[in-house]
Amino acid sequence: MKRYIRNMNMLSKEENEKLKDFKVCVVGCGGLGGYIIEMLGRLGIGHITAVDGDVFDETNLNRQVLSDVENLGKSKAMIAQRRMKLVNPLIEIVPIDNRITEENAEKILCGHHLIIDAIDNIYIRFLLQDTASKLNIPMIHGAIAGWYGQVATIFPGDKTLEKIYPQKDVKGLENEIGNPSFTPALIASIQVSEALKILLNKGEILRHKLLYIDLLEHNYMIMEL
Amino acid sequence: MEIEVRLFATLREGRGKKIFFQFEKGISPHKIIKLLNIKEEDVSILLINGRNGELNVELNEGDVVSIFPPVGGG
Repeated sequence: MKRYIRNMNMLSKEENEKLKDFKVCVVGCGGLGGYIIEMLGRLGIGHITAVDGDVFDETNLNRQVLSDVENLGKSKAMIAQRRMKLVNPLIEIVPIDNRITEENAEKILCGHHLIIDAIDNIYIRFLLQDTASKLNIPMIHGAIAGWYGQVATIFPGDKTLEKIYPQKDVKGLENEIGNPSFTPALIASIQVSEALKILLNKGEILRHKLLYIDLLEHNYMIMEL
Repeated sequence: MEIEVRLFATLREGRGKKIFFQFEKGISPHKIIKLLNIKEEDVSILLINGRNGELNVELNEGDVVSIFPPVGGG
């Protein structure tokens, strides 16, 4: 199939064919999530669940790739589905227009091969990690604030978030400094490449590690956690 | 004894990237953040010599303490 021809030389034919069988849950369809869904869909990941209870507003336009002036006020999850129908109708995308809560987390996350953390709340990330662990699903953590971003891959039982955030209920730096257009795209790209490697069981991954990026001062560090 | 403190992201503002301190024995990262006027909730990742560390441990001569604020957006 011509659509995937440019994926073909970096992945084998068999690997490409496998992608349609994977089911990935992207939690958050904002800054990170929009790019993540776009990239997973173009790669040909066969089943994507897009979770977000929010609607687009004008402040999202500076960075959230799924937002535009015509869809302000519309559900982020539903717009993600509409976008993927245009980009790659061969894949299935299931929108969940709801926030992740303690009551619904298991039901939403269950049955996926991988969970991608694209949410904007540190406290809820712990719920995501704990539920992923209970369901025995790996999770790729990503977070952004201004010039700064980070990625870690968390396997069931790793409890990596406890090392990244010693306090669950703190507010991140992004509440002070916001987020520009480029940091979400960068961190989302790294999360998707990490996702692909986990699904296909190849390459080096960021397990028990955190990749920390400071684009202002050009610090790119992988720390052992 | 000498302790090197490396600050990251917005913690650098008004403080610099690297600070070298001379201390007597018995200093902890907790005392250092107080000296630097950094609130505990602004400390997310704390590394001692590149490894995951804790606020209330006694530091040794030559230790390098790295402090990162919480990054949580999505």
